[in-house]
Amino acid sequence: MARKTENYHLRIPSETANLQVIRNFVSDVAKSVGFENQDIGKIELAVDEACTNVIEHAYHQDSKKDIDVAVKIDFDKFTVVITDHGKGFKPEDVDIPDMNRYLAELRVGGLGIYLMKHLMDEVEYRTQPGVSNEVRMVKYLIRKDNKKKQSA
Amino acid sequence: MSGVEVRRKDLQEVTVIYLKGYLDAHTAPEFEKALQELVDQNRVNIVVNLAELNYISSAGLGVFMGFIEDIRKKGGDIKIAEMADKVFRVFDLLGFPVLYEIFKDESEAIGQYR
Repeated sequence: MARKTENYHLRIPSETANLQVIRNFVSDVAKSVGFENQDIGKIELAVDEACTNVIEHAYHQDSKKDIDVAVKIDFDKFTVVITDHGKGFKPEDVDIPDMNRYLAELRVGGLGIYLMKHLMDEVEYRTQPGVSNEVRMVKYLIRKDNKKKQSA
Repeated sequence: MSGVEVRRKDLQEVTVIYLKGYLDAHTAPEFEKALQELVDQNRVNIVVNLAELNYISSAGLGVFMGFIEDIRKKGGDIKIAEMADKVFRVFDLLGFPVLYEIFKDESEAIGQYR
């Protein structure tokens, strides 16, 4: 099978009302390349969480700003890159909650980044101060013909 | 449908909240409003029926977390019923089943308050 690269792109105003459109966009692409329903669900939730963070923390609910969602398919690698030009943050400053403690203390909020890390195979932040912030998340597709090859 | 529909059924001691659709950062305030109303009315024996909920993000989970302490202090609880697998997987990933009792049937959840 020839190596095939495909790119998809969505640019949309930064508001929570658009989360459904963003989820539909990524899940349609994931479905078209053959992900199973459970993985499609993981991708759409991870992307929702990343975009919710942009809407609430980078752009502070300013719907005049846009969010960029780019999906790249490179054979078995599904990469989604969410870019904003808002207030950046240092990923090393973000506290990933210890869920046992989190639940014991009945804390609220801050679950998005925990979910993203557990739903996707790779999560990476790239920040160019004052220019742009990127969240790059990868999910690998396990293809049926791949499975056969591995077990042969 | 892209939003969430919140319905409420008052029984004698227990209130059932039905969530239908998608619970995300956009729609979570609807659910929050419904729970706040119950707390204000001191109706704190709550069952949330999720049979028709297709999707939940951390914003929706945050609503459960935001009220549970208050509700338990008042002697009530939030019990969850009829959750779809897809929604359960998100609850489970975050360890929420430790904190919330989950029941297959609504009647079983209601029965816990009797």
